[in-house]
Amino acid sequence: MAEPILAVAGLRKRFGGLAVTDDVSFSVAEGGIHAVIGPNGAGKTTLIHQLSGTLRPDAGSIRFAGREVTGMGLPRRARLGLARSFQITSVLPGFSVLENAALAVQARSGSSFRFMRPAAGERALNEQAMAALDQVGLGARAGMMAGVLSHGEKRQLELAIALAMRPRLLLLDEPLAGAGPEETERLIGILLGLKRAYTILLVEHDMQAVFALADRISVLVYGRIIATDAPAAIRADPAVRAAYLGEDEVA
Amino acid sequence: MRAALVVLAALAAAPFIGFGEGYVLTLLARAMILAMAAVSLWLLVGGAGMVSLGHAAMLGIGAYAVVVLDDARITDALVVVPVAMGAAALFALVTGAVAIRTSGVHFIMITLAFGQMAFFTTASLAAYGGDDGYTLYGRTTIGGQRWLENRLVFHFLCLGLLALALAGGQMLLASRFGRVLRAARENPLRVQAVGFSPYPYRLIAYGIAGAIAGLAGVLMANAAEFVAPSYLAWQRSGDLLFMVILGGLGSLQGAVLGALAFVLLEEWLGHLTEHWRLIFGPLLVLSVLFLRGGLVGVLRRG
Repeated sequence: MAEPILAVAGLRKRFGGLAVTDDVSFSVAEGGIHAVIGPNGAGKTTLIHQLSGTLRPDAGSIRFAGREVTGMGLPRRARLGLARSFQITSVLPGFSVLENAALAVQARSGSSFRFMRPAAGERALNEQAMAALDQVGLGARAGMMAGVLSHGEKRQLELAIALAMRPRLLLLDEPLAGAGPEETERLIGILLGLKRAYTILLVEHDMQAVFALADRISVLVYGRIIATDAPAAIRADPAVRAAYLGEDEVA
Repeated sequence: MRAALVVLAALAAAPFIGFGEGYVLTLLARAMILAMAAVSLWLLVGGAGMVSLGHAAMLGIGAYAVVVLDDARITDALVVVPVAMGAAALFALVTGAVAIRTSGVHFIMITLAFGQMAFFTTASLAAYGGDDGYTLYGRTTIGGQRWLENRLVFHFLCLGLLALALAGGQMLLASRFGRVLRAARENPLRVQAVGFSPYPYRLIAYGIAGAIAGLAGVLMANAAEFVAPSYLAWQRSGDLLFMVILGGLGSLQGAVLGALAFVLLEEWLGHLTEHWRLIFGPLLVLSVLFLRGGLVGVLRRG
């Protein structure tokens, strides 16, 4: 079996007396969507911060694409091909939609310590940025300011920015958060399309979406992974059902 | 950019349409020099989102480089200009290396502290007049020629360098480097998430702004043929910051409009009444309250 794209071993993070990440180990194989689910307060956000490099774990290791990345910060992991999206939409509101994506292309296309030539006129950057926008169906909005997009479109843009990085792994932090029913449907359609070409680690609260999308699911409860399996097996797992007791999404 | 071009054209025409008297040209030169300093500060505030309250130190270090060289009888621009710009840039890089690790109010305070350090250092330079300042033996020469003694030449030198700073700043902001800088101002997390670490970009911008301010300092020293520690006082930094905000953070030309408006208003009120500060202060407050987006914002809406 090929080496997994992401391998997490013995990850721990405590805030005071609370173990928010408690000996978490799992790996993500290349291809498809691996989802991490868990009830509120399970430590999903803390986990994703450690995976993307915005939070340093107390113990354990994270290997990404065959390299030890535990001590690396967010920018270095991004340059290795780990693209993350944010639970709270994070785009550049004062930049055009195209420039948002072009910045991500620029980050992997040679030095950015260039002071003379206008970046907005670089065709190579713009063409690749445009391709990423088209992938998420945002091509028609390229010239608009990102700040005036609808919430759902901003989520799409965030996906396009991640794609423009040519990522080896997409780390999506609740990409459906705050989206209305129609927007959710559109985003699920986009994710289904992306799943064929990319490896995605999806942290999501929306159970229906997760079961519609994921190939594998890890369940995080009180900082621990209590199960990792195919969706059907997860649905039938009594421990998982117990953890979600009272939350009607799975029942 | 249109408003700035109109202003620059007006400044070019000024000496030939009745504003050629000595004191008017002195006033305009002062306005253009401060505008150049404001352009360099705008790159930090408007471009990189770094609000510095110590920018007068860069200006002052450029001016004191002229003093130190003048005292050693070195007056040629070929030496003076690179030394002044280099000294100001070096000061910016060294202090910036520390300051840029902070942000927000902390950045304001730490730049203020470095600025005051430079101020007290110059005030203690007994060899160069200390508190009283230093009167230059003469203006900077160019290739041994004393061209800068000519008022018109000096006027157009200030204008040319201001235009150059504006064009250079514009080019910088539009470049790959500037795009990273602007993006990091809007959303540093987003910039990191695509793979950039903002720190080196901000530090280099800080150094470049220091160099431009250093050049303005050379002109400042030449304009008055006198340099004093007050050039580095934090009030001067506050004035510069105010010019930038008055002009507006929406576009680089705001720095030029803001500086000119500030200097001319100050002068005009000074002629009206000796209590001009009583009017100037409230006017500044009102302009912040009501000119959202600064002068640039007003022009855009109008």
